[in-house]
Amino acid sequence: MAAHLSYGRVNLNVLREAVRRELREFLDKCAGSKAIVWDEYLTGPFGLIAQYSLLKEHEVEKMFTLKGNRLPAADVKNIIFFVRPRLELMDIIAENVLSEDRRGPARDFHILFVPRRSLLCEQRLKDLGVLGSFIHREEYSLDLIPFDGDLLSMESESAFKECYLEGDQTSLYHAAKGLMTLQALYGTIPQIFGKGECARQVANMMIRMKREFTGSQNSIFPVFDNLLLLDRNVDLLTPLATQLTYEGLIDEIYGIQNSYVKLPPEKFAPKKQGDGGKDLPTEAKKLQLNSAEELYAEIRDKNFNAVGSVLSKKAKVISAAFEERHNAKTVGEIKQFVSQLPHMQAARGSLANHTSIAELIKDVTTSEDFFDKLTVEQEFMSGIDTDKVNNYIEDCIAQKHPLIKVLRLVCLQSVCNSGLKQKVLDYYKREILQTYGYEHILTLHNLEKAGLLKPQPGGRNNYPTIRKTLRLWMDDVNEQNPTDISYVYSGYAPLSVRLAQLLSRPGWRSIEEVLRILPGPHFEERQPLPTGLQKKRQPGENRVTLIFFLGGVTFAEIAALRFLSQLEDGGTEYVIATTKLMNGTSWIEALMERPF
Amino acid sequence: MDCYTANWNPLGDSAFYRKYELYSMDWDLKEELRDCLVAAAPYGGPIALLRNPWRKEKTASMRPVLDIYSASGMPLASLLWKSGPVVSLGWSAEEELLCVQEDGAVLVYGLHGDFRRHFSMGNEVLQNRVLDARIFHTEFGSGVAILTGAHRFTLSANVGDLKLRRMPEVPGLQSAPSCWTTLCQDRVAQILLAVGPDLYLLDHAACSAVTPPGLAPGVSSFLQMAVSFTYRHLALFTDTGYIWMGTASLKEKLCEFNCNIRAPPKQMVWCSRPRSKERAVVVAWERRLMVVGDAPESIQFVLDEDSYLVPELDGVRIFSRSTHEFLHEVPVASEEIFKIASMAPGALLLEAQKEYEKESQKADEYLREIQELGQLTQAVQQCIEAAGHEHQPDMQKSLLRAASFGKCFLDRFPPDSFVHMCQDLRVLNAVRDYHIGIPLTYRKYRYKQLTIQVLLDRLVLRRLYPLAIQICEYLRLPEVQGVSRILAHWACYKVQQKDVSDEDVARAINQKLGDTPGVSYSDIAARAYGCGRTELAIKLLEYEPRSGEQVPLLLKMKRSKLALSKAIESGDTDLVFTVLLHLKNELNRGDFFMTLRNQPMALSLYRQFCKHQELETLKDLYNQDDNHQELGSFHIRASYAAEERIEGRVAALQTAADAFYKAKNEFAAKATEDQMRLLRLQRRLEDELGGQFLDLSLHDTATTLILGGHNKRAEQLARDFRIPDKRLWWLKLTALADLEDWEELEKFSKSKKSPIGYLPFVEICMKQHNKYEAKKYASRVGPEQKVKALLLVGDVAQAADVAIEHRNEAELSLVLSHCTGATDGATADKIQRARAQAQKK
Repeated sequence: MAAHLSYGRVNLNVLREAVRRELREFLDKCAGSKAIVWDEYLTGPFGLIAQYSLLKEHEVEKMFTLKGNRLPAADVKNIIFFVRPRLELMDIIAENVLSEDRRGPARDFHILFVPRRSLLCEQRLKDLGVLGSFIHREEYSLDLIPFDGDLLSMESESAFKECYLEGDQTSLYHAAKGLMTLQALYGTIPQIFGKGECARQVANMMIRMKREFTGSQNSIFPVFDNLLLLDRNVDLLTPLATQLTYEGLIDEIYGIQNSYVKLPPEKFAPKKQGDGGKDLPTEAKKLQLNSAEELYAEIRDKNFNAVGSVLSKKAKVISAAFEERHNAKTVGEIKQFVSQLPHMQAARGSLANHTSIAELIKDVTTSEDFFDKLTVEQEFMSGIDTDKVNNYIEDCIAQKHPLIKVLRLVCLQSVCNSGLKQKVLDYYKREILQTYGYEHILTLHNLEKAGLLKPQPGGRNNYPTIRKTLRLWMDDVNEQNPTDISYVYSGYAPLSVRLAQLLSRPGWRSIEEVLRILPGPHFEERQPLPTGLQKKRQPGENRVTLIFFLGGVTFAEIAALRFLSQLEDGGTEYVIATTKLMNGTSWIEALMERPF
Repeated sequence: MDCYTANWNPLGDSAFYRKYELYSMDWDLKEELRDCLVAAAPYGGPIALLRNPWRKEKTASMRPVLDIYSASGMPLASLLWKSGPVVSLGWSAEEELLCVQEDGAVLVYGLHGDFRRHFSMGNEVLQNRVLDARIFHTEFGSGVAILTGAHRFTLSANVGDLKLRRMPEVPGLQSAPSCWTTLCQDRVAQILLAVGPDLYLLDHAACSAVTPPGLAPGVSSFLQMAVSFTYRHLALFTDTGYIWMGTASLKEKLCEFNCNIRAPPKQMVWCSRPRSKERAVVVAWERRLMVVGDAPESIQFVLDEDSYLVPELDGVRIFSRSTHEFLHEVPVASEEIFKIASMAPGALLLEAQKEYEKESQKADEYLREIQELGQLTQAVQQCIEAAGHEHQPDMQKSLLRAASFGKCFLDRFPPDSFVHMCQDLRVLNAVRDYHIGIPLTYRKYRYKQLTIQVLLDRLVLRRLYPLAIQICEYLRLPEVQGVSRILAHWACYKVQQKDVSDEDVARAINQKLGDTPGVSYSDIAARAYGCGRTELAIKLLEYEPRSGEQVPLLLKMKRSKLALSKAIESGDTDLVFTVLLHLKNELNRGDFFMTLRNQPMALSLYRQFCKHQELETLKDLYNQDDNHQELGSFHIRASYAAEERIEGRVAALQTAADAFYKAKNEFAAKATEDQMRLLRLQRRLEDELGGQFLDLSLHDTATTLILGGHNKRAEQLARDFRIPDKRLWWLKLTALADLEDWEELEKFSKSKKSPIGYLPFVEICMKQHNKYEAKKYASRVGPEQKVKALLLVGDVAQAADVAIEHRNEAELSLVLSHCTGATDGATADKIQRARAQAQKK
């Protein structure tokens, strides 16, 4: 059912099955028919773990969205609330329960906290006088959700903001817990590397938790060789730049949510019937994007400029395959052809979809404004004119382009210049406040707190040093047949991925100086293994590194890491984990504050 | 060998019973057993004696004494009975002593005479007093059944989860039943009682008269009844000296026996073995012991002393002042091997091994004989099994040696059974030692109810920690189930030793336990706290790695600040919150804030909490920290959230601006002042011009003004707020184009040289599909953007000319890409020619 999770070096289906089992066990505890009341935020992530059919098998008959007042009527024995442990949600639940009691037959209430039970919330329920109404109050430790064969995410939108702005480490604690779950299933990870304040804390928590769990020592042969914990604020630059891989662009333009994307329907109108445009679909076309789809797996991580040729090649192959039917003479041949038909039809459907998507994207990428924006981004990243007010940004503000676009560019410039000159910074800020409204002063404060926007300290610009040492800007990029990770941004090599690459070879000792410039400590920890579990590496066998982005990761970075995994002499394969799959827009969006 | 079966007594044709000594009792009793209330726990458990139970005098010397001994008679505890008169004693499955008092109160004591708790059997029992009581065991736990003075029964099937059940009345019952017992059928506890010649069965719903099938006639009264260990069988002893044996359901008779003794027996218990077909009952009188079963003859023993019978799963224990014996049916394997002249494979193998040790060739003969019959595997198995049933280590050894010898001649004999038997016997021999005094048989040890865990628990209950640990280590049990659990128990016991100082106890415990996985220091600490040793508990909690366990206990002990730092260490924010809310209630506000101040992580969490729950507190927190920047932001938010009126909003903004000044954030302060200015202005505009201005951005305010035709005001606004020229031009351009006020736009374009060039003019006109206007501006576009402008207005030919003139390759290709085959053919050719020329040069 989720076969694509088991394709990679590490079979993430094991994790999925484990969490599914846990869910089933909980559902079976509440005997009889059930209705689930959902914290709306959870439905997306849950969809990746369990479809409705699984719930139905366990007598879930109704599903509602959590909201105030009364629950909708449902003739069920159990009402189960699936919620994140948030106080405001507890208030709503209490309201539901209290208005429920007054009518109809008594029903059993249960509550499932995702991912963790909270004393604070239970205290709130107690204060509201409903704690006793719940028969089962349990937690469902859904920390890391498998998205693909090499990708896990906590889908915690606010993680970056909480960690870096608000000093709230809850998501780091969950991350550490998630890593413990992974280690319980895939063995202790012998080496932990990290860079950044949050990385340090997660590592500390893991070591501490390991001590707590001693005794339940697992004796699983370790699947992961290394864990690399990276703070997002070590590399604030990468997410700000526009991703140029196929998947990255889909995300930039349409936004991928829990592996689904909603696209304008026009391009997907069925073309078969000749009576053109009878009823064009009005509902957005929803597509799931993951490596279960063969074609998508092939093109998702390519630079968009290399996608077209693959698509046309594929088109030829498929039509040739369909032509085969004319050559099929014997019954046996025809039979063989027919047996391949479903697969071919799926391939054709997939090709049609991606051709349409590519066309949609092309419309955007060939526009002049996209070109101008990209030019400015690339100038900044290669270190050109980062210290003065940029004309394009100025024009964008004057024309009231979307604020997020402007903020992304200004932040990018600030990061590429290790902060802006006070005069330049104040100018941008004034322009933004005057054009978009003074309320955005709160957003600007947030960006400053997160270090995305700042005055240059002491007039020193460290970025060129970092850029040169880490070779962040590559002039000769081969978009079609890449030789370096810089292809994902057509020139810029994502800093985060470069750090991972250098860690695996030749090691961080070679870049101590740059590491000192980047924020937060860098460290290495070893988790001793019992001798029986120590790995004897076969010659030529790659290491497996779990890389955890604390604060979010972009699809372009993922693509770059996949590129490194595929390198023949790379020596390391990566499994990627993150608090959130994101892009510059969703990232800035989460940092914005709108007081009204 | 012939003497080995000397204590075997045949019962009928198929079974032997043997009685052997477990211990000679060490207890040096002064009284006769008959003068005491006696209770012995099953599975080789302890023995409790209550001396002088029936003395009513209150003099101290005559007070009853409760003694507890191990099965070998080692004293475990002795205490003066100071409570009310006891009717009955009994042991629970957890080896707790239940003492049922006449008033229906049940007092529960530990193995070492430590008082645990008490409960009452209800008001009815209290009023009518207890006439008789039984403690019984079912698979759900230990129950108490009580016969009251009103001849009614009350029972609780599980004292761990006390639910009292009053049984239905027996119609017309005037006197106490002659005998009664508890049964357990279909998971329900029942009571069977005998009144004269009648039997009644009570369950929780009804009382029904029952008749045992095939009961001999002439019975006028039942003197004793006995139910088997597993509640499957029932035996009835009548006043005619006749014994009926059948199923406990009273549906089937198994056998009967007439012993011709009419005296009521002192005790009657079943003596059977799981999975054995033999049924036998042991009946004891003052000086006589009789084993009867499905055979015309019985086995008789003489009792030299006053004795007491303890039914066991696989036999009967019999103890008296001087000895403790075990009577049971000889197991099949032992019978096969040891029966006189047995030719069973096991018997031959044992012989063979003996001869082998004597270096006699007969060994070979025996072995051959077994092998020829192909029974060597069976022989080895028999020897292993028989070893398990032997009490004497010597005999166990010779049987195991024989098995080991036989194994040598077998190719693939799985070693497990042999290894396990050796291990089990070592464990059993260790606990059977009279110092320990747990006479477990192999059968009991391996029976489903008594696992190694239970055995370890029993050792722990007896405070035999070292032995328990040795057993764990010997059996290589996982630490969590084994050693650490025992150490934890030891530690819990240790903290109760009040004469040792806190430091010493904590050190001793940590030395022994160290980081042993699975030891819960918090459990131990909780125990210490329970004994009133808070300091010790805190010291112990230091060793607890799980904050989730540490913190709640610290809170309970009112060490909230310590709890806070522990919670922070763990990184578990929920835990931190919990402590914070606790602290908030516990401390006064000032102290609470001070505590927060020293804990930045807690402080930021609490701020988050306040942001959503207590905004005012948030302000106080910022104030306390002189965090003016955040205070500024706080008031900005407040200006939107709370205030409806302009004056209120402006006032809030003023506070914000002041805070920003204090924070030395000049920019934010100025911006906020600008915002105030704008708000006031917008208000004035609304008053003067009507329409919606409030909360528009400055930019949008200007745009709205232009759209409303108030150009002057817009320009004034731009001057007042120093809108940069470039942006003002964009703004005006966009607004005028939106208005399609082309005249004004042209005027504007000529007002001075455009700071943004003229391409935007072209673009914006084209956006409004006004090619005519666009063309006007195209001519004014500077040379760099000329081609672009011309292409925008669709003048491909002229664009080509300019591009050729510029000799710019990029521009040339741009133009070329705009050439459509039909109309621009000539232009395209022209460009190609120009290119060709350029290349030539």
